[in-house]
Amino acid sequence: MTTSIWTEGWFFPLVLMIAKSLLVLVVLLTYVAFALLADRKIWAAVQLRRGPNVVGPFGLLQSFADLLKFVLKEPVIPAGASKAVFLLAPIVTATLALAGWAVVPVADGWAVADLNVGILYVFAISSLGVYGVIMGGWASNSKYPFLGALRSAAQMVSYEVSIGFVIITVLLCAGSLNLNDIVKAQDTQYGLFGWYWLPLFPMFVIFFISALAETNRPPFDLPEAESELVAGFMVEYGSTPYMLFMLGEYVAIVMMCALTTILFLGGWLPPANIAPFTYVPGIVWFVIKVSFVFFMFAMVKAFVPRYRYDQLMRLGWKVFLPISLVMVIVVASVLQFTSLGGVH
Amino acid sequence: MSVAAAFFYLFSGVAVASAFMVVASRNPVHSVLFLILAFVNAAGLFLLLGAEFLAMILIVVYVGAVAVLFLFVVMMLDVDFSELREGFLDYLPFGGLLGIVFLIELVLVLGTYYTAPDALHQTAQAAKAAHDGISNTAALGRVLYTEHVFYFQAAGMVLLVAMIGAIVLTLQHKPGVKRQDIGAQVARNKQSAMDIKSVKPGQGL
Repeated sequence: MTTSIWTEGWFFPLVLMIAKSLLVLVVLLTYVAFALLADRKIWAAVQLRRGPNVVGPFGLLQSFADLLKFVLKEPVIPAGASKAVFLLAPIVTATLALAGWAVVPVADGWAVADLNVGILYVFAISSLGVYGVIMGGWASNSKYPFLGALRSAAQMVSYEVSIGFVIITVLLCAGSLNLNDIVKAQDTQYGLFGWYWLPLFPMFVIFFISALAETNRPPFDLPEAESELVAGFMVEYGSTPYMLFMLGEYVAIVMMCALTTILFLGGWLPPANIAPFTYVPGIVWFVIKVSFVFFMFAMVKAFVPRYRYDQLMRLGWKVFLPISLVMVIVVASVLQFTSLGGVH
Repeated sequence: MSVAAAFFYLFSGVAVASAFMVVASRNPVHSVLFLILAFVNAAGLFLLLGAEFLAMILIVVYVGAVAVLFLFVVMMLDVDFSELREGFLDYLPFGGLLGIVFLIELVLVLGTYYTAPDALHQTAQAAKAAHDGISNTAALGRVLYTEHVFYFQAAGMVLLVAMIGAIVLTLQHKPGVKRQDIGAQVARNKQSAMDIKSVKPGQGL
């Protein structure tokens, strides 16, 4: 029996696939644990506080202490809640956020799945992220969570539209839906200045801001605005379900950082194709770039006051959507009618 | 049984079961959630067919956008479940009729497939020809904007008309409502917004 499993040719790839997924999962979750700490530390530093500094040297183990605390606490399910949906919501959020990482190339060809439609897959998975929030808000059977869920549904659907158009402009330039090929298309003689952040600069800015809104980060964290909605859709959650929400949110944020890196900052490519830079392996560049984008996310959280809801909607529909729509036409025309399009 | 066949039965089994639960579940929100599950499984079936572009678009458009708004509306409805149950059987003849029509169509399509496979091959020829070497995203792009551009534009017009119709039906300009004029706000400067007066002590203005 065992020989037939080995000769059939699907057992070994399956084991390899599971091993790769586990590796990505472990590295990613460790990264997220420290990213969470970094987020709090940066926020504290801007406000001249110390931030978490008790657990471990410089508070480095704070996230792990939090993990233990969440896991050991008792989960409370509200009496009027729709129990199955209530427990499903955080699982959906965390699973979907992690699933997106299956296609992210952290170095040349280093992805669990090298999909032809990688960018569409990431887009689809991130558009599903809203379900965790809506289900959680509705199943709690309480007013604040429900308001938070409704807000987030409208917000995430709105900003997805402009993210979609930004992605289309990048795809037009790269000529592929494969994330690996998109990074390779940015490998030009200009190094750092050939990455798409410069040629597509307005789209880079729009993508960054839309990514903040898509992941419910401040200044667009209206679904959980503590000054009006207590904690939004998470009000009724505690212990492990809450941790899954938190985890899913941060994994989605790092995912958006990785996506920004791949689409606009040249993925694993070194900033210049000369000697000292090319010695460094691609994954190191990738991690550095993702951390840089995450630093920007954290700084925005510290600097910018929360948007008002109608202004948020106005920004999405009346500013970003027209600009990105026009840019799709402009980029397509430039590629079609000038020599720039000839390279592809 | 190959892996692909196992996944086919998994996806189609879950799709059929969740489609049944859409009709059978008591809570409309649960119905919509099952509908979403059915969509996702349909996308899985597309993947098995090798139509990865269609699978992803199905998830992005139907699950990521349309079903979210659907869920949004259903959650806001104040539904009385007992009332909903009472009228349920009234729709049975109409629903049954639709089911029978659909069944007949399926029998006709599958019957044609078994009795005259050549007819099907002729219509499927164009799709086959596009298969060598290029991904189906590129293949779709090549025919969508060239051979089928008029159908594509017509579909766009239908959606545009529906959108304008919805806006016309719901947009109301009530008199006396104060709206924020962003342009006017941003255009204010020191001269137009402030009036500096020197107030002499003991005199006032």
